[in-house]
Amino acid sequence: MVRLYTDDLSIGYGERLIVKELSVQIPDQQITTIIGPNGCGKSTLLKAITRIISHQSGSIVLDGKSVTKENTKQLAKKMAILPQTPESAAGLTVGELVSYGRFPYQTGFGRLTTKDYEVIEWALQVTGTAEFKYFPVDALSGGQRQRVWIAMALAQETEIIFLDEPTTYLDMAHQLEVLELLQKLNKEEKRTIVMVLHDLNQAARFADNIIALKGGQIVKAGSCEQVITQEVLRDVFQIDAEIGLDPRTNKPMCITYNLLKGE
Amino acid sequence: MKSSIRFSIKFIIGLILLFAMFIIAMVFGAAETSIQDVWNALFSNLKNDQINILREIRFPREVGAVVVGAALAVSGAIMQGITRNPLADPGLLGLTSGANAALAITLAILPATNYLGITIACFIGAAIGAIMVFSIGTIKKGGFSPLRIVLAGAAVSAFLFAIAEGVGIYFKISKDVSMWTAGGLIGTNWIQLNIIIPFVSVGILVAILLSRQLTILSLNEEVAVGLGQKTGQVKAILFIVIILLAGSAVALVGNMAFVGLMVPHIVRAIVGTDYRSIIPMSVIVGAILMLIADTLGRTINIPYETPVAAIIAIMGLPFFLLVVRKGGGAFQ
Repeated sequence: MVRLYTDDLSIGYGERLIVKELSVQIPDQQITTIIGPNGCGKSTLLKAITRIISHQSGSIVLDGKSVTKENTKQLAKKMAILPQTPESAAGLTVGELVSYGRFPYQTGFGRLTTKDYEVIEWALQVTGTAEFKYFPVDALSGGQRQRVWIAMALAQETEIIFLDEPTTYLDMAHQLEVLELLQKLNKEEKRTIVMVLHDLNQAARFADNIIALKGGQIVKAGSCEQVITQEVLRDVFQIDAEIGLDPRTNKPMCITYNLLKGE
Repeated sequence: MKSSIRFSIKFIIGLILLFAMFIIAMVFGAAETSIQDVWNALFSNLKNDQINILREIRFPREVGAVVVGAALAVSGAIMQGITRNPLADPGLLGLTSGANAALAITLAILPATNYLGITIACFIGAAIGAIMVFSIGTIKKGGFSPLRIVLAGAAVSAFLFAIAEGVGIYFKISKDVSMWTAGGLIGTNWIQLNIIIPFVSVGILVAILLSRQLTILSLNEEVAVGLGQKTGQVKAILFIVIILLAGSAVALVGNMAFVGLMVPHIVRAIVGTDYRSIIPMSVIVGAILMLIADTLGRTINIPYETPVAAIIAIMGLPFFLLVVRKGGGAFQ
């Protein structure tokens, strides 16, 4: 079942299109990862789908309705976006920041209801950040801070969650921690997760569905076995990759690679 | 819940301090007056020289200090929130100088303009000044860096002050213009206050209503959109609020930098960084700061007045340097 798709989507200004006539489906209740070289339009695509930036032509459809026509607050109850490393929480405490995830459900002065408090508490628990509730977000480590931002997106109670490079600036262990949290949310809470990742092996390990972009167009979209192949990686990243199987997960992985020369 | 209770206590303490400072400001001045006189002036129908001075001169003047302090502090807080720039201040970002220039031009072309006309001219001038600064500051790609905005603000302010002065000299109204723009509360009267107070009240009220939106906006614009905020609409309304508040302040006291810069930083140290707390607390702290500055101005060198703008600047400059030195660290 597909609730969210783009049709002939072009993003950019005038002749300079960053994403060109892109049609893609985001499978429901799965983890979809967007990969591609720098400047290929990954983040741009994510931002356009989540109506942060406007697109030039084509359409983005969620539940049969164009996202540009949908009321932005209603949309915020259906999809949450965690942008690339929000630099600062402006001094808010963890609890305060996560409570702002309830924004789409509030009116007027925004007094929190019992239901709001329950959801906030749940979001803190599931992301393992409840113990920091009264700490300033900016005092936490990178991995903890990222989990807090994810908690805020969770407090939005959306079925779809978008994340733009959620593992950037984190060390290996914390990267895995964040990805495992997302996987858990997908498996246990049936959330649809769409994220941009740089690390191919992480993409292969955690994604049900990978979209490989280059120059604003799809080179290949499908399961990790279909996308993490020598041919696709050559085309997308201009690399000569050696693909093997991860002995623990049995997912394809790029064991080593060289730059392609002379082309 | 806990933090909102703590905020109420802080807010009430602030209110008490504000009231106390208001009484102190009323008691001290060039004319000898006692607390008894102040009490009678405020709460009785008695009349004598002291009481009349208090009622007709000092009372409106201190009310003016409260209104200007609150207006500048709240507009500064909003600007810092929207631009995510710890150095934002209506004086630094061209609003004050724009309103100043508009005021000079109005006095030159339409000398008979009434106070409401001058106030509206100040609104328009403030808007033009701010638009100039923001368009120059963001002209380069990846614009909106705190430093570039401040530089643009300095350049535009210098330009607009030059216009105000040039107009003053050319039309031989320099004295009138500087009477307005010297940054003082001398001669504040009820006619002015009756026009200014509604604008400032509306501005502050809207700011409080939008304070939750402002906190989200101050985090990150993409986060704000993702949470379902109509960011364009919110920013446009807040921009109008800033113009109303800063324009009103200029119409009343002229040029007054640093209040809008300092107060929000002091307030953040007291109540944290949620604008739901920052905005109301800025009203109180801004008012108290202006009352202190005005009382000092009236009493340091009796019977002469020391310009309030100078006193604020003496307090503000070290503060500005501190914020720069901490790299906006006081912002967090």
